[in-house]
Order: sequence, then structure tokens, then C-alpha cells
Amino acid sequence: MSITLFIIVSVIKIALILFVLLTAVAYTVWLERKVVGHMQNRWGPTRVGPFGLLQPAADGVKFLFKEDLTPPHVYKPLYIAAPMIAVVFAVTSIAVIPFGNWLNVGKISTPFQITDVNIGLLVVLGITSLGVYGVALSGWSSNSKYSLLGGLRASAQMVSYEIALGLSLVGVLMLAGTFSLRGIVDAQAGHFWGFIPNWFIFRGGQIVAFFIYLTAAYAETNRIPFDLPEAETELVAGYHTEYSAMKFAMFFMAEYANMITVACLASLLFLGGWRGPIFGPDWLQQLLPLFWFVLRVFAFLFVYIWVRGTLPRFRYDQLMAFGWKFLLPLAIANLVVTAVVVALT
Amino acid sequence: MLHLILFSLFVIICVAGAVNLLLQRHPINSALSLVVVMGSLAVEYLLLGAEFVAAIQVIVYAGAIMVLFVFVIMLLNAGEEEHTQGSRVAWLLGLPGALAITVVIAWALVQSEGSAVALGVTPDAQKAFGNAADISQLLFHQFLLPFEVTSILVLIAIMGAVVLAARPESERREG
Repeated sequence: MSITLFIIVSVIKIALILFVLLTAVAYTVWLERKVVGHMQNRWGPTRVGPFGLLQPAADGVKFLFKEDLTPPHVYKPLYIAAPMIAVVFAVTSIAVIPFGNWLNVGKISTPFQITDVNIGLLVVLGITSLGVYGVALSGWSSNSKYSLLGGLRASAQMVSYEIALGLSLVGVLMLAGTFSLRGIVDAQAGHFWGFIPNWFIFRGGQIVAFFIYLTAAYAETNRIPFDLPEAETELVAGYHTEYSAMKFAMFFMAEYANMITVACLASLLFLGGWRGPIFGPDWLQQLLPLFWFVLRVFAFLFVYIWVRGTLPRFRYDQLMAFGWKFLLPLAIANLVVTAVVVALT
Repeated sequence: MLHLILFSLFVIICVAGAVNLLLQRHPINSALSLVVVMGSLAVEYLLLGAEFVAAIQVIVYAGAIMVLFVFVIMLLNAGEEEHTQGSRVAWLLGLPGALAITVVIAWALVQSEGSAVALGVTPDAQKAFGNAADISQLLFHQFLLPFEVTSILVLIAIMGAVVLAARPESERREG
């Protein structure tokens, strides 16, 4: 492929993936309102469009036309920068995530992925670990006690749970032997005992790692039952109390984009990525992996919303004790067991 | 060529961040400048071909240690600090001293181009230098003992920090 063609293909892919990601973010909000509504015996959004399907568009227009208030007591440079930091890092991490196999159109052959780097997993972890600055700085620069408490809680919580999250992934890395996300999916090909798919969740006790990842990921994305940074019963709205209009929407987008990234990672690392039955004509064979991948991500997001509608919020000391005294030792134990399994096989 | 331009660009960003760190009056601005320094250092590592080191640099320094810095600054609510003109001794001795040390270090680095070979960073090794497999090979074979000793040292430091930070038993009962 010539360099010009490569750049054109890359730009198209980036634009397309950004568009899909932001649409997915908007419709995850819709899905959440709808599912939680039905769980609570309500309808959720119904007015705008069929099944309220145009609600995200209406919300977007509302956010754009609302007055953009800047309270007089804030530290302005960081107050403005914080939502940008949050949303930029949340969206950037999608760059290394593969969605499927290769796409062949005529002579052009390109993977369903913006770029494949051999440290893909570390890149995602690194970029998402920078996302905490958005939350922490918004809390501090708002110059309000609720925001500050929310920001402090968020930074402590995200740093604590990042350790358990990272350790839970080491088992998968040991089994796969690579940091490349595409390589990790390739390592999950095939079946064992004839019918069980070779996904990492079924191998070497990684089901424990999967649940550690699941729990830590909820904490990392500040979702119920770990949404202490924005606990509305105690902190008004936590770190984004002083934000309105599009700046608030940016925090919202960042949160849901992070959820989608976490769901993508879970599908890639534990659930076999885009593996599934492939059949039909050539174009269908190329697009079916994409469908299987989206199905997994959707299931993961649904569990997210399900948990949100079911569990109450933790207390802050419970959250910290759970992270450090239960999840971290469990992750280390899982690491040791996996190391023994890998050494024996 | 593009490589060189990017490298120089991030060197400038890195130094500018470091200078800004010293010039800023507010600790949180200084801490954020340090994040910029860490980030641009990570890009430099990446451009040198050490992608694993670059990722670890971002995850550990920018993502964890600097978050703790910011956390502490927020928690203590540290205000703006006063700038003094600096003492006359600092101007007369410190500035020439700093310049002299910079020149000596730069000279030593320029002179000892051969040391890259001694370290194993020859053009041959450079291709694979800094990736995960290479580093783990060095860490867990050649330098296993120093690595383990360092980890014990870090453990002792953590214990010490906990002992120093924890309130004594008598105080805790009252509170």
C-alpha cells in the first residue's frame, strides 16, 4: 500500500470509528435510561421518536444551546481544560482496539482497527490512567467543597482500583504471551474438549480474573455501586457540580466512552474478541466478526446497566477496604495460580 | 527526518515543561507541568524504539505517581507560594555552578559515545532494545538479585511510611 493510500484509509477509519463511538455513547445513555426505566416499572424516554430513539439527538441539541455558565469562583484555565482532558483521553484509547479481522475491498486490505501496536493493552491502560486528571482537576478547579470531595474521592479510588485491574490482566497476558490486542484474540482461537471455545475466561482459572476485572472496571469508570465521586445524595453531583451545558456533557461522554472501552477490553481479553460462527458469502464472512464483537460489547454494557439498577452504593470506607483488602490479594493469588498453571502446561 | 523533527519538538516541550514547573507559583500548575515533562519523556522513549518503557513511563509516572502528587496538593489545599529574589550567594555561586555541571555532563555524554556499546545498546541490539521480552530477560535473569533486593528495599520504605503516618495506639483510642 502506498503512503498516500495508507493515510487516506487511516483518516477514513478514524472518522468512521469516532462517529460510531460517539453514536454508541449517545445510545448507551438511551439504553441505560430505557433499561433502568423498565426495571423500575417506568417507561423511560418515549416522547422523541419511536421508543424515544431520537432522545439522544434532542439531548445533544439541548446541551449545545444551553447557556455555558462559568461560575465566578473557579480557577478558569483548569476549569475549562478539565472536561476536555476527560473526553480526549476517554476517546483516544479506542485507537488501538481491534473490532474484527481484515477488511478486503478490491485491492485494499485493512484491519478493523485504527492501528495495531505491539503494546496495545499497555497503551489502553496508560491512556485511561491519564483520564483521572480530568476528574481530579475539575474537582479542584471548581473551588467548591462538593466538587473537591468528589475529585479527591475519584483520584484515590481510581489509583487504588487500577492496581487490581492491572493485576487481573496479567494472567491473560501470561497465557497469551503478547501485549498486542490482536495477538491476544488470536491466542483464543479454537476449542478444547471438542466444544468449549478457547476463550481465556474458561482457561487457567481466569474466570476469577474476569470478575476482578469486572469489579475494578466498575470502580474505574465511577459507576454504581462505586460511583462515590458523584454520589448525589452526599455531594450534589460530585466533581461536576459546577459544570453545565456542553462542559457537563463532555464529562458524561467521557464516562460512557470509558464504559465502552472497558467493555471492548473485556470482550477482547476474556471472551474471545470477535470469534463466532462465520458463514455465508464473502462480504458476510468479513462483517460477521464485527457483529459478534458488538454483541459481546452490548452484553457487557447491559450488565453494567443491570448492576446499576440493582445494587446500592458502597460507603467510602467499604470501597477502599474492598479494593485493598479483598480485590488486591485475590488478584495476586490468581496471578500465582495462573503462573503455576502456565509453568505446568 | 520526520523522526528528528518529532524528537526535537518533544525535547523542546519537555524542557519547556521543566522550566514552567519552576516558574509557576501555584503547586498544582507545577505538578501539571511535571506531567507534561513525563509525557514528553514517554514520547522520546517511544521514538527511541523503547515502546515498553514508554508505556510504563506513562502508566507509572504520569498515571499513578503524579496523580498522587495532585491528590496531596488538593488535599492540603496548598496555596500560591511567594517568590523571593534569591540570595546573593545563589546568584554568584549557584548559577555558574549549575552551568558548569551541565557542561561537564554534556561533555561526558558526547565523549563517551563508546559507552553505548558497553551497555549493549549497539545498533544490533537497538532494534529490540526496550521491548517487554528484552527487559524481562535482563530483569529476571541477568539482574535478578539486584531486582529482588530493590523490591525488598521498596517494601521496607513502604513499611516505614506506614509506621510514620499511622497515629500511635494511645492517640487512636482517644480519637
